[in-house]
Amino acid sequence: MAKRAFDIRRQTGFTGIAIACFLMLYMPIILLVVYSFNAGTSIAIWEGFSWRWYASAWENDLVQEATIRSLIIAFWASALSTSVAVLAALATTRTRSFKGQTAVFAVIHQPLMVPEIVTAVALLIFFAMIKVATGYNGLAYLIIAHSAFCIPFAYLPIRARLQGMDLTLEQAAADLYATPFQVFRRVTLPQLWPGILAGAMLAFVISLDDVVITEFVKSAGQDTLPTYMLGQLRRVVTPEINAISTALLGISVTMVIAYTLLSKVRN
Amino acid sequence: MTDLSQNAARRAIKTRWMLLAPALIILAFAASGPLLITLVYSFLTPGDYGGVVWDFSTDAWFNVFLQRDIFDDTLGWSDAHLSIFWRSVKLSLLTTLACLVFGFPTAYFIATRPKQHRDLWMLLIIIPFWTNLLIRTFAILELIRNEGTINTILIALGIIDEPIQMLFTEFSIILGMVYVYLPLMVLPIYASMERLDFRLVEAGYDLYATRFQVLRRVILPLVKPGVIAGSILVFVPSLGAYVTPRVMGGGNQLMIGNLIELQFGQGRNWPLGAALSITLLAIVMVALLAYVRVAGKEEVQHG
Repeated sequence: MAKRAFDIRRQTGFTGIAIACFLMLYMPIILLVVYSFNAGTSIAIWEGFSWRWYASAWENDLVQEATIRSLIIAFWASALSTSVAVLAALATTRTRSFKGQTAVFAVIHQPLMVPEIVTAVALLIFFAMIKVATGYNGLAYLIIAHSAFCIPFAYLPIRARLQGMDLTLEQAAADLYATPFQVFRRVTLPQLWPGILAGAMLAFVISLDDVVITEFVKSAGQDTLPTYMLGQLRRVVTPEINAISTALLGISVTMVIAYTLLSKVRN
Repeated sequence: MTDLSQNAARRAIKTRWMLLAPALIILAFAASGPLLITLVYSFLTPGDYGGVVWDFSTDAWFNVFLQRDIFDDTLGWSDAHLSIFWRSVKLSLLTTLACLVFGFPTAYFIATRPKQHRDLWMLLIIIPFWTNLLIRTFAILELIRNEGTINTILIALGIIDEPIQMLFTEFSIILGMVYVYLPLMVLPIYASMERLDFRLVEAGYDLYATRFQVLRRVILPLVKPGVIAGSILVFVPSLGAYVTPRVMGGGNQLMIGNLIELQFGQGRNWPLGAALSITLLAIVMVALLAYVRVAGKEEVQHG
């Protein structure tokens, strides 16, 4: 009589595999973070807690330069891609389908579909031509390249936000003789902010994390944090890399959680 | 009257394209345009020190799959390239399969949690997905390298004397890719699974189906679109993977991405690299078209 109720949702072994999956996802990252605090030089033998690798990363000139470069690029790429994504979202949302719509969507989403290595090689070829023609070797190439692949990431949350927005407020403003620009500034933009912020943060994280395109586009001495790390992996690895990784992880995780919260803000 | 509305319509079209222009210009400059130039480059002659000479040639396209024997000038399959293509396809398929084996039960597990907890579980899947791919690859690397965590523990426990060579093998590449792309499998399967009507599962049990029969005959057909979508979403980036095989394969287990890079480095054959890139892009596009068709069907089904 005391037989347990038959659970129709149970599938033998699924819970076990799911838990193994979560462990597999998080164990390596947790170990990576833990060993960034290792007092010894090993990434596998624990010798006590210390901040020494954070200090050594902090004092490493190459790391400092790469960090600043990464942040500059991510800032500009995020600002640029989000601004143009807002305009593009305004043009493509809440309208009937228009001539050339498929082509526009294909171009906007291209960075999501084309393998990164293909884009990287294409940019290497194209920018090499420009570098030869103009002699300019600065950071602008990386900023433009990052802006381009950040556009779809900024565009998607902004578009989602716009689609969920109430049209009647804008109509009311227009009825009260507001100019289109006033409607945008006073009515649309304030409602759109969470979407814009979410898009900008996503773009920032995507830019900050990029390895492949940066590796192919950068000129000599233009390492970002990820390409610096990629170069270091060939040598003997010390927990310094763990310390840099942990710092980067901290930024990403904070931004992703903030992004999730922001995209839940109700209209 | 019609003139006025026509004017308004024309103005609306003009505004739309003006709003789209900045985004399209950036993308044309740093995404679409360079791809076209790559296509042009694949028909040129390689320069001696990298770069190209502007002479038309189809050699690069020949060399994607074929090679000319240097002694008797006969054409034959390019074994080196074919084996790299084959490895890429094989490892990508195995990665997809492994992601499915782990991802399906995980998506099911999340979909059967109480409603208020599901978002949190999904967040746990999404966080690793948005964290740096290189860092996650590096985290796995630390785990399995010879002086890494697993080997150190096993030696300390006295189970093995010599470290097991796990890094720089095909296994380590698959492990790395599964680790990195697993969320791409869980997300679409969960999206299908969340809409699963468990009354159908119950009906199956009422008709004396076993658990396995319910899984195979009721659940799987209903979430099939999610499974197909997830498989393509994992397969596509695996095929074009560059960082994971470079870090986990250690330069002797090349995949297509690494072969492409080689042409721009030591190989100094930019046209061949361009032709290989376009080939990879073509394969990926075919897979993505299949995905669009599946996704389109699913939308129709669910209204």
